[in-house]
Order: sequence, then structure tokens, then C-alpha cells
Amino acid sequence: MTDFNIMVGGEAGQGVQSVGAIIAKTLARGDCHIFADQDYESRVRGGHNFFRIRASTRETGAVSEELDLLVALNSETIDIHKKEVKSDGLIIHDGETTQARISKTKGLDVPLIKLARDAAGNRLMANTVSVGAIFGLLDYNFEIIESILTKEFTRQGQKIIDDNIKAARAGYDHARKNGRSKTLPEIRLTSRKRAKILLNGNEAISLGALAAGCKLIAGYPMTPASSIMEYIAGKEKEYDVAAVHVEDEIAAINMAVGAGYAGIRSMVATSGGGFSLMVEGLALAGMTETPVVIVLGQRPGPATGLPTRTEQGELWYALHAGHGEFPRAVLSPSNAKEAFYAIVKAFNLAEKYQTPVIVLTDHHLATSYATVDRFDLRRVKIERGDTVSPTKIGEARSYRRHAVTDSGISPRALPGLTKALVVTDSDEHDEAGHMIEDAATRIEQDLKRLRKLDGLRKEIGPPVIKEAPKADATLIGWGSTGGAIEEAAAIFQKDGKAVSTIHFNEIWPFPADEVKAVFEKSGKTVVIESNATAQLAGLIRRETGKKVDHTILKYDGRPFSPKYIISHLKGVL
Amino acid sequence: MVVPKDYESDVEIAWCPGCGNFGILQAVKKALVEMKLEPHRLLFVSGIGQGPKLPHYTRGNVFNGLHGRTIPAATGARLANHELTVIGIDGDGGAYGEGLNHLLAAMRRNINMTYLVHNNQVYGLTKGQASPTSDAGFITKTTPLGAILPVNPLALALASDVSFLARGFSGDVEHLASLIKAGVKHRGFALIDILQPCVSFNRQNTFKWYRDRVYRVEDEGYDPTDKAAATAKAQEWGDRIPTGIIYRQERPVYEEQIPALKKKPLVRQPINPSQFEALLDEFA
Repeated sequence: MTDFNIMVGGEAGQGVQSVGAIIAKTLARGDCHIFADQDYESRVRGGHNFFRIRASTRETGAVSEELDLLVALNSETIDIHKKEVKSDGLIIHDGETTQARISKTKGLDVPLIKLARDAAGNRLMANTVSVGAIFGLLDYNFEIIESILTKEFTRQGQKIIDDNIKAARAGYDHARKNGRSKTLPEIRLTSRKRAKILLNGNEAISLGALAAGCKLIAGYPMTPASSIMEYIAGKEKEYDVAAVHVEDEIAAINMAVGAGYAGIRSMVATSGGGFSLMVEGLALAGMTETPVVIVLGQRPGPATGLPTRTEQGELWYALHAGHGEFPRAVLSPSNAKEAFYAIVKAFNLAEKYQTPVIVLTDHHLATSYATVDRFDLRRVKIERGDTVSPTKIGEARSYRRHAVTDSGISPRALPGLTKALVVTDSDEHDEAGHMIEDAATRIEQDLKRLRKLDGLRKEIGPPVIKEAPKADATLIGWGSTGGAIEEAAAIFQKDGKAVSTIHFNEIWPFPADEVKAVFEKSGKTVVIESNATAQLAGLIRRETGKKVDHTILKYDGRPFSPKYIISHLKGVL
Repeated sequence: MVVPKDYESDVEIAWCPGCGNFGILQAVKKALVEMKLEPHRLLFVSGIGQGPKLPHYTRGNVFNGLHGRTIPAATGARLANHELTVIGIDGDGGAYGEGLNHLLAAMRRNINMTYLVHNNQVYGLTKGQASPTSDAGFITKTTPLGAILPVNPLALALASDVSFLARGFSGDVEHLASLIKAGVKHRGFALIDILQPCVSFNRQNTFKWYRDRVYRVEDEGYDPTDKAAATAKAQEWGDRIPTGIIYRQERPVYEEQIPALKKKPLVRQPINPSQFEALLDEFA
């Protein structure tokens, strides 16, 4: 098995992110799985950023902390990360810049800036030289690098493309001549039509939203959600979708709700702080029975917290946000593939049950890249729920937007499309949508809305359960920790332990029955989550009466790695 | 054929007897009938307050949402279906307090809707507290030391390059109806500030107080396309209060700049997942 890990580090402004993405994309052309994540600070220049790329012959959804190659664009990167470099690993750096003294066996000094200046006449392309150097060491097909660079820089024009290729070539040749080659023995370049795509969680969500027929996204930028609106806005000219950069998140949610009322699929994407501003609008969607999809990309709080880092601190918040009681669904995909299908499902549930649906992600999922099977758009099923289009004037006259039904679902007519008048109110209202004060109507409408939870409960899939017979332990998680937990479990299995996993990628209404069944034969139960208060463990207790045996909690803003989980499990198992 | 009966609602009206809202309701109905607009082609979006209950007392599609959030909800609905005629209704609290940020953004955006602000310079629904337009020094339970300086909605609108700005008076239904018609017909965002006495909580700005002061700018040969003149008019308050169309200009409408809306309303466009196949190639 090949498991090859590269890290590029430098300060903000040195192009760490773009180099990282190019390396990941180039490696993804090979017959291997990629997982890549990035770590950056809330600043535009300076500081320390890194991008980690893992290429593996096994499917992987987690970061590794053992590096085969460290590309240091500044000396700080060496200081911070040299301990992560494996004994046979290599540090690529420009001695002129780093002034670092590294033995020939440990380091490869590539004059990045000089080569960039000589080859491309632009010292800023030092980062592209480093890309070339990596692939020179790997003896990778240079044509692939060329094609990726061409694609990446298309918008900047032919000269920039050519200069980048020259810079990469210079690094490539230098490394082949001066470096000891590193091999990727099991990674072959694929010639068949590529069945895999490489993308991050937010890109998967954006694609899923478009495929699901989202026609409007309203938003205010906030890390880690901004790139969703940016992606969709970038498609406004080619596809029938509107992206509105609004004055604040309150406007975003109310705009999306207004659009949902008028009959289109609409969404917002934000992080905790923006979501807080949206919460009154969330309840509005609940009360007016308006479909809306909310992507909540978590980052560490409270308040502004750690803006560019990850946490799962808003599970309870997502479940309970909003004044009053109303139904909702909360989906918590663990990877890019699940994120794509989750947002499609979110739009379907929102329209079928005429209520808000939250897709709960986090910075780690939003920004880390993974290879996934190319999405099958034929598998995207659109379910728009019960609608009516009264054509006769009598039917139109008697239309009642909030008609009481057994399922709690009142068939929707859309304003302006028929003669039926569509009336709704954030005040408690009667079947016709007019404000009321009487107790009987209040009870009737409240129960009608809450009955929709019965239907929603049947829509939510069970958690992903991988049961080991006679389990010594069961590892339990939700959301973006899935890849790390699964890999940790696999490593334990190899060591002869029987380890089951339960992972919640759809979390509300809570699939309690399935969980109870697994708990009967779980061995020691260990909940693993990125927060300090064990919110999933608390939810399990509340919904099933089961108390988990252990928790492994991480709230430093950094993602779990399999290694971290294993080291903390050793004391437990 | 649209007749007055089309805009009659059987919902019981919850306003105080003699409330200034009655005149506004009358003017709205009159304007809609005269424009021969059918109720199902109309969308009222309103917020919270006594005035924003208005849509229930006539007929049309109604989205009565949150306090201060009328404009974003109306904008969303307009973007979903720009064949709808959208009228937003708020009070001075919702429009100039809680929702002011949205008002400023809507004027900059120039979304095609008409926004009626029932401005009675006091909070009626919550029983008599100062509003953003209460006169300075106005004493209420929440402002026992007197209200702070009022906002000047007309000046704010002009500063935001509003495309249609008018002020009406609920005691002059005929005139107000003509302003509403002009606002609805205008292509772009139309703000109509409507002076309206609160008979229960504002003993200062009464019907008589307004009647003694309001005048129609059009009676004085006023040119509403002159921004400098409008800017001066916006500062007039006290002994003489201008009503009528204060400012009007042609500006690109927001909806017309969105490519997706060019063919037909978004709500009439089909959903077709497979059309996005080419986007997947970006990631291959």
C-alpha cells in the first residue's frame, strides 16, 4: 500500500493554497485517492499557512501527520513541521530564503527564487518551481503538470500559463538532476476516462445545490461558508441561478424565505455568527411553512472564535435554534460525496415538509479536498412535495394555504401562478393564513406543523453502522470526523481488536431505534467529536437513555487525525 | 375587469376607531382597482405593527413576515417571480428602525417594488413607545427623558439614490391613492412615506396637526426630477410639510441585471440536474 504525504508551508501571500491545490490535482490524475486539507490564519499576509496532501492507494478521508515531503517556502515551516517528517522523508527548501542547514540526506536545497527569475522572469513563481521540484523527484509525467497548470491559469491568459510551465519545468529538471528520487510505486497514471473528481466539501455542496435546482442563494461572506456563494455566483451568467450578496445575514435568510414562499428552491450558507443572525428567520420559515435550506459551516466559537479553524460546537444549536417549536431536519455529511447528496436531500425534504432543513458542516469538511466518484447526476431525484394548481375559480377561491391534514402537510399553491391567493403569516394563523387569537385554532395549527416530524422521521436514514462481531468497542461520531474515525478503527482491527463504528450523517430527527439496537452489543462505547461538551454523547443520552462509556473530545480548532484518535483510545481499550 | 369588491376582505379589522390606517387602506384599494390589477397578480409583503396588518384587510397574496424584514422577503419573492406586483408595508419602526439596513440596500439595489411606510411617529402595536421618527424630546414610557433626534427618511432615501420617493398623508386619500399608483407604475424601488396620526398614542402629531401643515408640492410648480430641489425639500418640516412626489429618476432595475431572469421568471424555469454535467469536468 502506498500512503504518500506532502506538505507545503509558508506565509499567507506566498501562494501555499494555490500550490497545494495544484499538487493535489496533479496527483489526482494518478490512480490513487487524495485527501488534502489546509490550515491558515485569519490574515492576508504573513503568519503560517500549510496545505497537506495525502495520496493513498486506499480510500482515505483523513489527514496524516507523517510527512514524506515537506516543501518549506520559509524557514518557519521547517521549524514547525520538521518533526513530522518521516525518517526517510525529505525537506524541499530554498536555502537562500530559509538559511536552514539541513543534511543532504534530509533536505534538498532548490534555488526556488533564482530558478523562477531565470526561467519565468518572475520571482513570485517560486511556488510553481516547488511544484515542479516535487514532481521531478517523483518522476511524474510532466505533461500532466502542464495540463493542470494550463487549466488553473486559463483566466490569467497565455503568458501566465507559459511562465508557470517554464517555472515548473525548471524545478522539475533541477530536482531530477540533484535530488534522490522518491517513488510512488503503486500510483500509476490512469489512461481511462477519469471516473473520479477532486473537490472540497463546499464545492460538493455548491454542485449539489445547483443540481438540485437551487435558483437563489443569498449570502454575506463568512468563513468557512463564503466559497459556496462564490462558486454559485460564478455560474450566474451560464446557468439559471441568482446569487445575491446581501447587506447582512438577516437579509439573507429572509430573502431566501421570501423566494421559497414564491416557489423556487433557495438557500443560504453561513457560519455560526451569521447563523445566529438568521435564527429569527429560521423560525419564520417554520411558522410560515416555507421551504429553505441552510448550510451551517461550523468553526470554533463562541463569538468570532477561531475564524479559520474547525469545530463541531453547534450540534445542539442547529437542533434547537429558533424561538418556539417547529419541525426541521438536520443533515451532517461526513465527506464531500455525502455533502453532495445531502444538499440534494435537504432541498427535497424542505419542499416536501415545507420547513427549514439545515446541512451542518464544518471548516474541515468545507475546505478539505478529496477524490470521490464522479457524481451521477441521474441519481439526483427531485421531489417537490404536494402542490396544487387550481384552475377553476371556485377551487381557487377555497384554497387554504395552511389546510389541516393528517400528515400536517398542506398542499402548496404558488403566488401568481394560479388565481388562488396564497396567504401566510408569522403570527399564528388559521387555515387561510389570516392572523388569529383563539386557542382552538392555535392548537390545531401547532399540532399540524409538528405532525410533519412524523413524516420527516421516516425520511432520515439510519447512521452508517459498521459492526464487528463481538465488538470490544464502538466508536461513534458525526459529520467531518468520519474519515479519521474509520481509519483509526481499521488500524485497531488490524491489531486484533474488534471495533465497530456508528457514524451519523443525518442526525435529526434522531434515528434513536437503530442506535439502541447497536448499543446492545457494542462493547465499550466511545463518542469522538470536535467539541468540549460532548454534544453527541448528550444527544444520545437524551434520545435513547444510553450513557456512553468514554468520550474523546478535541476543541483546539484542528481536525482529528487517526493517529490522535488511536493515541487517546489506547488508555480506553 | 377589476371591481372594488375584489379587494374587499371579510377579516375583522383590529385597528382603533379613527386610526390613520383606515385612510391608507382606502387609498391602497382605490389605487389597485383603478390600475385594474387582479388580486392574484399582487403580492403584499409586510412586517409587524398595526399598519402591516393591512394586507389581511384587503385581498391579494400575502406574506406577513418578521418585524423589519419586509424588504428582504419581498426581494426574494420578486426574484423568484418578477411577474408579481410587489407591495411592501411597514410602519416607521419596521422601516426606519429595525429594518433600516434593508431599506438602504433596497434603494441602492433598485428592486422593483413599492414600499409603503405607515409613519405615525410612534409605536402603536406595543402601546406608545417612541419611534425612529418621533419628534426630538417626545416623552414616552421608554424615553422619559425625551426621544433622541428623529431620522429623516426622505434625506436618507435621497442619499441612497432612491429611484422614486413620495410622501403622502392618510387624511388625503385621493392624493395618496395617486401616489401609490405612481409608485407601483414606477420601474424600480418606490418609497412612499405616509404621514398618519395615531389616535391612541400620539397626542402631539394629530390629524389637525398634520392638516395645518401639509401641502402638495405639485401645487407649487415643483420639479421632482431635480435632485438638488428634492434634497432641499427633504429638510422641510415643522410649519410646512411637503407631500407629493419628492423625487423620481430612471435607474437600472436590479432584476433586469440578473441573467437568469431574462428568459422568464425563475419559478417558471424547470429543474434539470443533468444540465450541470459540464461543471463536473472542472474537477476531473
